[in-house]
Amino acid sequence: MSEPSRTTPLHDEHVALGARMVDFAGWRMPVQYRGIIDEHNAVRTGVGIFDVSHMGEFRLFGSDAKAALERIVTNDLDRIDVVGHALYTVMCDEDGGIIDDLIVYHTGDLEYLVVVNAANRETDWAWITSHLPSAVEAVDESDRTALVAVQGPGAVAVVSELAGTGWEPPERFSLGEATLDGIGVLVARTGYTGEDGVELFCHTSHAVALWRLLLSFPEVTPCGLGARDTLRLEMGYALYGSDMDRGVDPVSAGLGWVVPKTKSGYIGDAAIARIREAGPSHRLVGLTVNEGVPRHGYALLREGAEVGKVASGTFSPTLGHGIATAYVPAGLAEPGTALEMEIRRKTVEATVVRPPFVKETSLTASGS
Amino acid sequence: MYPKDLKYDREHEWVRLEGGIAVMGISHFAQDQLGEVVYVDLPTAGVVLSAGDSFGEIESVKSVSELFSPVSGEIVEVNDALSDTPETVNEDPYGDGWMIKVSLSDPSQVDALMDADGYEAFLAEAE
Repeated sequence: MSEPSRTTPLHDEHVALGARMVDFAGWRMPVQYRGIIDEHNAVRTGVGIFDVSHMGEFRLFGSDAKAALERIVTNDLDRIDVVGHALYTVMCDEDGGIIDDLIVYHTGDLEYLVVVNAANRETDWAWITSHLPSAVEAVDESDRTALVAVQGPGAVAVVSELAGTGWEPPERFSLGEATLDGIGVLVARTGYTGEDGVELFCHTSHAVALWRLLLSFPEVTPCGLGARDTLRLEMGYALYGSDMDRGVDPVSAGLGWVVPKTKSGYIGDAAIARIREAGPSHRLVGLTVNEGVPRHGYALLREGAEVGKVASGTFSPTLGHGIATAYVPAGLAEPGTALEMEIRRKTVEATVVRPPFVKETSLTASGS
Repeated sequence: MYPKDLKYDREHEWVRLEGGIAVMGISHFAQDQLGEVVYVDLPTAGVVLSAGDSFGEIESVKSVSELFSPVSGEIVEVNDALSDTPETVNEDPYGDGWMIKVSLSDPSQVDALMDADGYEAFLAEAE
């Protein structure tokens, strides 16, 4: 890893705010400002903003764009036939191995916006463009696109106030436009925290102004990748590289819901159908522990024998105890199954639970 | 941030002498690096430590660190309150955030530790 880390257009803002910067997926990113738990709680109870400009944005245009994308992703684009709707999905290789998880936004009649993980940007671009017919044009907009997530029960109110009277926020998992103090943004009612909120796309040249504008609200807290991870894990949202990778299929990863049984004709369909038919040998499950903090790689035991390793683990600020995900043999995946986890020198009880770990948020409260 | 009446080691523990007893905790720098502490795992009184021994673990949301004793002796008291309020280590690292008290078997080990100026110079160098 001798290549210097890339920086987002907000790098100097983070440093000025006293953020602790770390290398993540080839990017120099803030892991925390004042503290992970403070930032986590700000998102659960108020408003937090995250710089996620490191993520990749691709646009696809052309009369065959939908058909081409249908072949690449597992989820059914008919679900977002209405322009402005968004869809969470994965894309797989021929063996059903997950190449990445992504959100597809239906941005126009013959146009789609695809948002991918920073760590997979180059892989994804190569994969997608190699599977496009000549009638479809693809543009990698990542380098000129900044992305700021505004998350929390008060997030939409902040953006609405900036957008002015008469502006209607987009519905959940939909996309809209707004002008915030002169800055044109795409507003996606999506996020990775389990709270209501939006993600704002803008040109990199406007990123600093947008960031400062949001921070001018006293109720808005800048949040780093540390809180992003604790928030997403409390919801049981999978993280590429920890909970899934090329070596695992979406059914085993608990993402069968983004692979409609009725759909075929996409890359990996035969392999995934076989896995579904036979049943996966291992499944990703949620786990809670009553002591210690689970971390990636810790061993899971059943009657003293190792049955798996922790995929994602953290201390849950909302619940006040450790939570984790892990791949375990399918026979041990039932909620309530008692396992043990080796947390360094100690062996503690670990119980299989069905995520989300945190059941009630501003999203569940609003019934969406 | 680094009280003058304390001694410090390279693992970022501090030691305060109270007669023949050494009170120990972790420095402001250590608690700041860890972030919000969520668990402190300490031994029980009666355990005998040699200088350099691990005497426990401290865990934040993001990471876990071992605690090392820079001195030898028997643990005579443990700050049990930290199991319920581990955040005290962040809020008051030199006061209520103390961790163990050790009856020194070799008080000269304390003299070998860094004073506040020496520790701050060590931190500046490490940066």
